[in-house]
Amino acid sequence: MIEELLQWELLSFLGAGLLTTLQIAISSIVLSMILGTILGIARHSNHTPLSQAASFYVEVVRNTPLLLFILAVRFMTKLPPVYAGIAAMTIFTTAMIAEIVRGGLNSVGKGQWEAAKSQGFTYTQTLIYVVLPQALRNTIPPLVSQFTTVIKDTSLVWAVGIEDLTGKGMIIMGQYGTTAQVFTIFAAIAVTYFVFNYALSILARHQQRRLSLRSY
Amino acid sequence: MSGPFAGFKWLALINDWTVFAGGFVQTILLSALGLMLALGLGIFFGLLGTSHVKLFKILNRVYVEFIQNTPLVIQIFFLYHGLPHLGIMLPVFVVGVLGVGIYHGAYIAEVIRAGVESVPKGQLEAAYSQGFSYWGAMIHIVLPQAKRISYPPLTNQAVNLIKNTSVLAMVAGGELMYYADSWSSTNLYYGPSYVVTGLLYLSLCFPLASFAKRMERKLEVSS
Repeated sequence: MIEELLQWELLSFLGAGLLTTLQIAISSIVLSMILGTILGIARHSNHTPLSQAASFYVEVVRNTPLLLFILAVRFMTKLPPVYAGIAAMTIFTTAMIAEIVRGGLNSVGKGQWEAAKSQGFTYTQTLIYVVLPQALRNTIPPLVSQFTTVIKDTSLVWAVGIEDLTGKGMIIMGQYGTTAQVFTIFAAIAVTYFVFNYALSILARHQQRRLSLRSY
Repeated sequence: MSGPFAGFKWLALINDWTVFAGGFVQTILLSALGLMLALGLGIFFGLLGTSHVKLFKILNRVYVEFIQNTPLVIQIFFLYHGLPHLGIMLPVFVVGVLGVGIYHGAYIAEVIRAGVESVPKGQLEAAYSQGFSYWGAMIHIVLPQAKRISYPPLTNQAVNLIKNTSVLAMVAGGELMYYADSWSSTNLYYGPSYVVTGLLYLSLCFPLASFAKRMERKLEVSS
């Protein structure tokens, strides 16, 4: 019964799904960290047309379901499926990260800007050497919870037929019909997601403690 | 003439506007009931988390960590494809309410716990000294103070809950996203379908999100 599930082929089938999940999650996290930071800085800046454009993007995307972007990119562009998934996740996550970065920048006191300026720092230098390092520390907890959300939300790509961990699991479930087998597969998938997300949040807690120790 | 946003595609959508309106109403109903369930579960498990009884704390952690660290898609698939193996067949609407309710209940539990913990301990002790019971003190003294700090994150959870009802489209949920997907996959008029659907979600979420932001700013000023 359940022993049938413990075959090499089945495990490697699920493993391939896990790799797809991680590929989409990691690619879109890296891309949206870069784009989101730029957008967050743009939104924080005083150059109004730029910050207004950034605000418009963030507000529209944040208040629309991710699944809509996944469907739209998959069906309205010619990108290969996995790349369409990465693109849609990046469009969405960029807006979320921009908002977090903006919050982090706001949390750094005005005095820091003024002090840096009085020491002859330019705007860019102040941003890179003074403000961003402090802002980053404040943003670690919300960033990490956003990363876990990305890992969980990659499961939405199964809606357009991309065979991620969820997709592969559902395919296997269609072939093994007994209650025990179905529940075993559910448990296996859920535990896999859980392990990655829980590890990530523990790592973040550790990292945050280390960073906050260093600053005092 | 036949770009993704061609005029005749918009006309086709306007002709079938009842499809989208029906889905939109279903999304609103689903969100309202889901939010009620999420609030109930969130307050219950959140208060368990602030208790001094170890068992209650463990119950809170298990619920919050397990639900928050697994995808909503898997939870909804479990309700829809898993439970029938135990002879439990739920209508898809009930699957939706339970799915988003239980999922966001875990996030709301954390909001409530943080809110209650933000109220100084002296408040509860003062209430006890005046003869309040635990529940009396919670309802009349602690929760009203916790409310202030909890409202903005609670509103944000409501926004996320509305957006996440769309996951139900993956089990033919009969709400807005399902109709947007099924309507456009029969005639391939994706452009208008997705734009209108996006605007409808935006019309629900944007006012709520702006409201949350305004409350946050007010809190910052008053503190």
